[in-house]
Amino acid sequence: MSTSNFTRRGMLKTGAIAGAGLALPQILSAGSHSSYMNAPTGSTVTLGFNVPQTGPYADEGADELRAYELAVEHLNGGGDGGMMGTFSSQALQGNGILGRKVEFVTGDTQTKSDAARASAKSMIEKDGAVMITGGSSSGVAIAVQGLCQEAGVIFMAGLTHSNDTTGKDKKANGFRHFFNGYMSAAALAPVLEKMYGKDRKAYHLTADYTWGWTQEESIAAATEAMGWETVNKVRTPLASTDFSSYIAPVLNSGADVLVLNHYGGNMVNSLTNAVQFGLRDKIVNGKNFEIVVPLYSRLMAKGAGENVKGIFGSTNWHWSLTDAGSKAFVKSFGTKYGFPPSQAAHTVYCQTLLYADACERAGSHNPCAVGEALEGFEFDGLGNGKTLYRAEDHQCFKDVLVVKGKENPENEFDLLEIVEVTPAAQVTYAPDHPMFAGGELGACNAG
Amino acid sequence: MDVIILQLLNGLDKGSAYALIALGLTLIFGTLGVVNFAHGALFMIGAFCAVTLQKVLNISSEAIDPTKTDFLGNPLVVKTPYVVNWFGPETGALIIDWSVPLALLVAVPIMILVGFIMERGLIKHFYHRPHADQILVTFGLAIVMQELIKQGFGANAIPTGAPDAFKGSYDFGNLLGFDPNVIIYPYWRMIYFAFSAIVIGAVFAFLRFTTFGMVVRAGMADRETVGLLGINIDKRFTIMFGIAAAVAGIAGVMYAPINSPNYHMGMDFLVLSFVVVVVGGMGSLPGAVLAGFMLGILESFASMNEVKNIFPGIDQIIIYLTAIIILLVRPRGLMGKRGVMED
Repeated sequence: MSTSNFTRRGMLKTGAIAGAGLALPQILSAGSHSSYMNAPTGSTVTLGFNVPQTGPYADEGADELRAYELAVEHLNGGGDGGMMGTFSSQALQGNGILGRKVEFVTGDTQTKSDAARASAKSMIEKDGAVMITGGSSSGVAIAVQGLCQEAGVIFMAGLTHSNDTTGKDKKANGFRHFFNGYMSAAALAPVLEKMYGKDRKAYHLTADYTWGWTQEESIAAATEAMGWETVNKVRTPLASTDFSSYIAPVLNSGADVLVLNHYGGNMVNSLTNAVQFGLRDKIVNGKNFEIVVPLYSRLMAKGAGENVKGIFGSTNWHWSLTDAGSKAFVKSFGTKYGFPPSQAAHTVYCQTLLYADACERAGSHNPCAVGEALEGFEFDGLGNGKTLYRAEDHQCFKDVLVVKGKENPENEFDLLEIVEVTPAAQVTYAPDHPMFAGGELGACNAG
Repeated sequence: MDVIILQLLNGLDKGSAYALIALGLTLIFGTLGVVNFAHGALFMIGAFCAVTLQKVLNISSEAIDPTKTDFLGNPLVVKTPYVVNWFGPETGALIIDWSVPLALLVAVPIMILVGFIMERGLIKHFYHRPHADQILVTFGLAIVMQELIKQGFGANAIPTGAPDAFKGSYDFGNLLGFDPNVIIYPYWRMIYFAFSAIVIGAVFAFLRFTTFGMVVRAGMADRETVGLLGINIDKRFTIMFGIAAAVAGIAGVMYAPINSPNYHMGMDFLVLSFVVVVVGGMGSLPGAVLAGFMLGILESFASMNEVKNIFPGIDQIIIYLTAIIILLVRPRGLMGKRGVMED
């Protein structure tokens, strides 16, 4: 009788094991690559840059796009590498993200929430963007952040300064590098006290939307804490162009400080109007009348021209910083485009690098893995000193710049001078601070 | 009391801008029967005439100063305006300083030309089309002009200052017996008010006391009969379009120092000006002026804190609220005539 090692049962067993073994990598790879939204499959990965290309913030949007293109160039190994060389995490190799070449699509937010959501949706659904970033308004940022949370992609916020973005409207998929209204107030208040004293009466003009409200609340609380009295808080419609009828009542309100919680075109016009009305030449309560603009940007300072001279405010970053990261960024941006980058350009460049770096460290584009890599991440070398991406609310904590409109600019870009670099510790607050309370991060959504 | 005087001044100032734009709109509507949604864009182009002249006067020769460096650490390129090179530092600086008033001289011919091209090139083809078509085509034209300006000048506001002599403000308080510093008003805004009063007066005088004006008024009343009398009314109406464009343009030039011009400033004024025209009565020139000042003053009073405390948000809706009330009481507007837009 001939014997054989091959039995029917044995064959089945071996076949099952071999089959399972062969199938296993497929199952595993499916697990790590296609169980999340827009998992990249080819040799490229697509990022979605959602910036205002039309509308009142189009110049800021254009500067953001320049910075994004520069970041993509650096990530793919082109150019001089910019801040990749100074970034404390050295996970980025200049070979794209996780070996895939970085490509991008752009959308136009028009600084309108519905348009911004539509363009983000199109980039996610049609173009397969695995991450959305950008924007120059808190209303837009909050709307797009909500959309990304629902869609299951990461949102790296651009220029958004409302407390709510990482406060009551925070989302697990959303991350903000830019500072916020509370931080501006915490940094500004001590400088204002030093310059203008403890006994002051402040009058607030505030843009009537999420950013204005939280900015007003923050700066009023911070100045009241040091002894200032708030005389009045007046909300102005976002669409206002002439602020004369809001400025006129300031004259006889008894106030000796005007706080302009305005941004962009609103700030340019309200500040110009206030100076036209001679507020800065007035003496009230025996003191010089002063104007404060809590959130400054160089592009706005340019619009307001001479009127910004000597006026205090805060900013996230300025090209005149002399740390290695800032210098590297200004050099590569300035060489490519012929002028220094704005704070909007800086924050979005950082956000792109931070996202790419988190993917490298996580070994995946999966939003949950990327989120985990960003939460509690400490880094340095991106122009703001030591920075923490706090896990509790996805807000970056870093130094804040207090700036002043420069009296004698040396060139057309030299509009703001840094008065003080406020250390991160001084602008840090508890995650459950009342100004940020009310929302939940929730769970990350991978789509 | 002082607050009321201050807001009255403000209202007159706002109203003068509304009235100037509404006057041009009404002129075009009354003569050509066209609802011109591009009129705000003409105001904006006027302001950009001032911006352009300022830029032209600042065209500079470049020299390298090796002792200073730019933001990248390269030797600094020092720019000196050619005007300063040609006329000397003092005269040159004075010419640059006065760029806004000088821009009036440039803006008038440019705006008449723009108006002429608009009317002959596009709008004349829409005379016999429904008002909805006219609104669509002129609105489209406004968007095109706006985008062209944005392409050339960027999206951000460009500061265009008044001459140094008119910076600062005048203390009315002293004059009226109030405490100093209570009622102060910027010089340039007062000039703007006086300027609009002169322009409005000039347009009325032109229509009232010249033969040309008489023919135009006759044409506004009965175009067909005037045509039958052998008068080429179309040619005169084209000229009126140019004049209306020039009025909007110089209003824009003078407005430039009040708020730094940007590409969408025309749209900001357009909607309000239409409300002004409707409230004043379609086709009525005095109505447009009256309604312009009235709404400007009401808007100023509505933004007073005392009023806002009683009616929160009233400043945002006052103009439209007034328009609704007036149209309910007087459906043809304040001074509207029977038969206009009613066929």
